[in-house]
Amino acid sequence: MLARLNLALLGLLAPALAFAGDAISATEKQPLNLHAIGMFVLFVSMTLGITYWAAGRTKSASDFYTAGGGITGFQNGLAIAGDYMSAATLLGLTAMVYAKGVDGYIYMIAFFAGWPIILFLMAERLRNLGKFTFADITSYRLNQNKVRTMAAVSSLTVVCFYLVAQMVGAGQLIKLLFGLDYTIALFVVGALMMVYVTFGGMVATTWVQIIKACMLLAGGTLVMILAMSQFGFSFETLMSKAISVHSLGEKILFPGSLLPDPVTALSLGLGLMFGTAGLPHILMRFFTVTNAKEARKSVLYASGFVAYFFNVILLMGLAAIIIVGQNPDFFEGGNIAGKIIGGGNMVAMHLAKAVGGNLLLGFLSAVAFATILAVVSGLALAGAASISHDIYARVIRKGKATETEELRVSKLSSVGLGIVAIVLGIAFEKMNVAFMVALAFGIAASANFPVLILSMYWKGLTTRGAVAGGYLGLVAAVLFVLFSKSVWVTVLGNAQALFPYDQPALFSMPLAFLVTIVVSLLDNSDEAKAERALFDDQYVRAQTGFGAAEASAH
Amino acid sequence: MSSTSSQSAVYARIRKNPRFAELVSKRQGFASLLSVVVLTIFYGFFMVVAFNPKLIGQRLSEGSYVTVGIAAELFMFIFFWVLTAVYVKRANGEFDEITSEIVRDAAKEVK
Repeated sequence: MLARLNLALLGLLAPALAFAGDAISATEKQPLNLHAIGMFVLFVSMTLGITYWAAGRTKSASDFYTAGGGITGFQNGLAIAGDYMSAATLLGLTAMVYAKGVDGYIYMIAFFAGWPIILFLMAERLRNLGKFTFADITSYRLNQNKVRTMAAVSSLTVVCFYLVAQMVGAGQLIKLLFGLDYTIALFVVGALMMVYVTFGGMVATTWVQIIKACMLLAGGTLVMILAMSQFGFSFETLMSKAISVHSLGEKILFPGSLLPDPVTALSLGLGLMFGTAGLPHILMRFFTVTNAKEARKSVLYASGFVAYFFNVILLMGLAAIIIVGQNPDFFEGGNIAGKIIGGGNMVAMHLAKAVGGNLLLGFLSAVAFATILAVVSGLALAGAASISHDIYARVIRKGKATETEELRVSKLSSVGLGIVAIVLGIAFEKMNVAFMVALAFGIAASANFPVLILSMYWKGLTTRGAVAGGYLGLVAAVLFVLFSKSVWVTVLGNAQALFPYDQPALFSMPLAFLVTIVVSLLDNSDEAKAERALFDDQYVRAQTGFGAAEASAH
Repeated sequence: MSSTSSQSAVYARIRKNPRFAELVSKRQGFASLLSVVVLTIFYGFFMVVAFNPKLIGQRLSEGSYVTVGIAAELFMFIFFWVLTAVYVKRANGEFDEITSEIVRDAAKEVK
């Protein structure tokens, strides 16, 4: 069965390769990159092999959602790093440092600083209380129907926006890197994602993320070392040259246009930090490890890798200012004051080519593609779990669905999400989707995080409070972004933004907290009293792990 | 131990164990302290970015290209990670020993 699917997939790739030939003439598209394709095919065959192996080990629902809870802290740390660092990290942040200097570094510290907080406040409680989805925790002592539905709605919203942003990015990137048509690229990504998730579940997804994390760390490090060797490995030399050639000059040392005002800066810091702690596909990774000990270790390793890689990216971006920015080969018409070939996001790729030739460019392209696959697979799995575990098994079937039925629904959902991702990816091709990532983090910080953290820490939380605050956080984050400049003006073409900031978290997150707390406090129903009474047992389980979901034996 | 009521009985026993209160206050205190340290430094830094961006680009010494901002951020990357290591070491050692002792005692007493 799986062997046939492997063949079907190769069949899918083959016409893609053939198609690319006649499409090279189209603008923006690069000539077929054989090194990249070779290395990518190697990666795909390796991950499909793993999927085949994983499929044999994916029998129960727990295998499918959480790899049977048997992942070690080190493996999970790598997988989290692989899940968290998307192509936007590698390409977007390098481009940001290249264009704006230290602004990019400020973004990176905000992307990083959420991790210690997740460790101190959440990691062990997540593992001790959760089973498959974070709604297991928020609905632990609250009304299953209402709270799970709310958590599933906001999770799916986050997953969809994040997925579309990744897909559109993937299509553009693959068009540039591999010379494949946008639509075909989307089908390849969507199909591979469906195969990994449907057949291999969390085991395959985890290994795809681990392999990708290793490739990313190795590729980035190699490019950074080769680039730094041109500056005698001296940060001072690198910096002085970067300042002397950059059009902004000394200004690259100062916070600039990305953080134009205090509100944006604070809102960004808040949204990135607490958004990380509310992303469903990241939270889900905490249920894959054996116990709270391993959950803590996961964060230690993951944050170490993330911190290291962000610093690599800073050096890559700064080196690119000199190595790429001064080389006419990388500019349209050879004019270094003009546009970079392929757009700003290609800076990291040009740097790889400049310091390591076509082979390194090919490797880094394959890394970028692998990165996209790993991230979309994690997202699809988290989305499928929300549909099958929360909505189907708990809300619709009231916990009476058999494991086989639940598994079937989750596999169908993964396929469904794959199709949705491809369709929306095609629909949004021409659109600037940068706002979608801001939106995903904004919703995660405003709808998921407040209810999740209160459910673990506050006895007074009730169903009414959680539902009111959760939905309000979701709606508020969506509306703030809709009325902001990035959607209202840039996408919808209105003259004036109704909401002056692009980052919603500073407003929507406190609002969600406030409403959740006030509504809970005012709730004097009998249900609310019962829910508060159940907190004490939950508290002991959260603290000690007694009664927590155990790893299934393999 | 599989049924909810016997699980509840274990939870009740654990709650009565003074070692449980000790575990919670120690671990909670430690985690809160570290969180406050991280949040204060991080938002302190963002306040400077927001209200005094000039300071971020100031060089640490004449002729050096290391600015206050770059030094502060590198410091945060390293220091925050060291704090996670410190927490993991203590939680996986000292705190988990108390935890397993409490759980063992409670499970033993409830038959």
